[in-house]
Amino acid sequence: MSPRVLTVRETVGVRTSLRVNDTTHELSVDSRLTLLDALRDVLGLTGTKKGCDQGACGACTVIIDGQRVLSCLTLAAACEGQHVVTIEGLARSDVLHPMQAAFLHCDGFQCGYCTPGQILSAVCAVQEVHAGVPSHVTPDVRQTVNSTTLTDEEIRERMSGNLCRCAAYPNIVAAVRQVLSAAEAQSAKADANEVRS
Amino acid sequence: MNAFTFERLSRPTEAASAVAARPGAMFLAGGTTLVDLMKVDVLTPDTVVDVRHLGLSSIDVSDHAIAVGAAVTNSQLAWHPAVRERFPVLSQAILSGATTQIRNMATVAGNILQRTRCSYFRDVHASCNRRQPGSGCDALDGFNRGHAVLGVSDHCIATHPSDMCVAMAVLDAEVHTVRADGITRSIPFGEFHKAPGDTPHVEVALAHGELITHVVIPHLAAARRSHYLKVRDRASYEFALASAAVVLDLDGDTIRGARLGLGGVATKPWRAVEAEQILMGHKATDDAFRDAAEIALAGAVAREHNHFKIELAKRTIVRALATARDANL
Repeated sequence: MSPRVLTVRETVGVRTSLRVNDTTHELSVDSRLTLLDALRDVLGLTGTKKGCDQGACGACTVIIDGQRVLSCLTLAAACEGQHVVTIEGLARSDVLHPMQAAFLHCDGFQCGYCTPGQILSAVCAVQEVHAGVPSHVTPDVRQTVNSTTLTDEEIRERMSGNLCRCAAYPNIVAAVRQVLSAAEAQSAKADANEVRS
Repeated sequence: MNAFTFERLSRPTEAASAVAARPGAMFLAGGTTLVDLMKVDVLTPDTVVDVRHLGLSSIDVSDHAIAVGAAVTNSQLAWHPAVRERFPVLSQAILSGATTQIRNMATVAGNILQRTRCSYFRDVHASCNRRQPGSGCDALDGFNRGHAVLGVSDHCIATHPSDMCVAMAVLDAEVHTVRADGITRSIPFGEFHKAPGDTPHVEVALAHGELITHVVIPHLAAARRSHYLKVRDRASYEFALASAAVVLDLDGDTIRGARLGLGGVATKPWRAVEAEQILMGHKATDDAFRDAAEIALAGAVAREHNHFKIELAKRTIVRALATARDANL
């Protein structure tokens, strides 16, 4: 086999407008820059973690336009006009997001490296359950799932894109369950209020 | 990663022109294949054209078909109420692949055009006829436990990794494309992917710069009784060792028609047409399913480490057909 020769060319800059956690940044980036590297190395938002850097571990999970995605396989230049939410954008001033609080309460981590990705993924997983959409383990895809009948197997499947090398999985499932139950209770309370008013 | 020019365009023909004009240009959609393979220098485009903003992101439902835009994400398709209702096999197949994060990024066209996960294809230091024509195939006598047993050749035994495509194959989807000059065409799904033969680098029926615009899935009443069964090493987030997509049209307990697709065991999304034909007119018994499975795998050729896939695929077929038969509709 002949040796491969890589063509070395000059860096190609792309002007892009990156909106992260409600702040817009006008940047000129190397076309090769991933969103993950842009967040960490250009914007200094190091909460998003680089695990495998090849789409296998989920540590780099961020939320773009409401959907959880992998920032390591996303080019920064392709994010023009989209809104990126990272772990730094989840809390409201000093008040933790309910999922952050649940991870603390349930001890859903050990070393903490995968945690930002786990939490952002879990926030979206809960939204997906509330939207009623099925997963691979939903017995009938025609069904609309709901949080009261959702099994732990469902939570594990919906969180399977986030690996935890410390294997804090049981506590992560508990944290997701806690937020699902709290939302259920809140929704029941809201319904009751509606009936009363 | 090689340096490249990044372009975002807003019309399909503009994007097709931009890629057609340069031999080294490629389309970028979700990036779950392209960015991944660019990082390991398997793909080295000099121009990358973003095709997620060409107005190809809608799912149009009519009585005769569901038309799916090329840039619709895998999640959007799998979660769409009409897809879940009419084509459960498609929704199940998509949901069995990858993870939510990846399905949220990956597009329908990108899934159809995804490259093999063969470890020798992904390793630029290995010999691979698919990546570098004429260089040989290290998988033939290498670690080939995950490789194909159907549609193989002496030049390549790489498995087509898609779950979605197996369901698309049994549903007789049509892939619609446009070229730079505006000429459009429709390619039947069964003719879209190419078995390797002696040209494994020719993977699909597209010309350079030809852009997928949408996929049409024609209505199929029988598809309400359909199922996708995937067998793999882990319960989640793993490629198939064997999978089966089935559609069963029953008249009482007699099979009026059947469709059978296979994944994880073939070099392209596989349709077992002879097995489908043998089922017609028979009672829907496990024995009949087993006979069909034997026919579906009759042409299988195994290598050192993947012989187990032949029996595994047969059992997967029987279980998938039995599950579809027993579904309470």
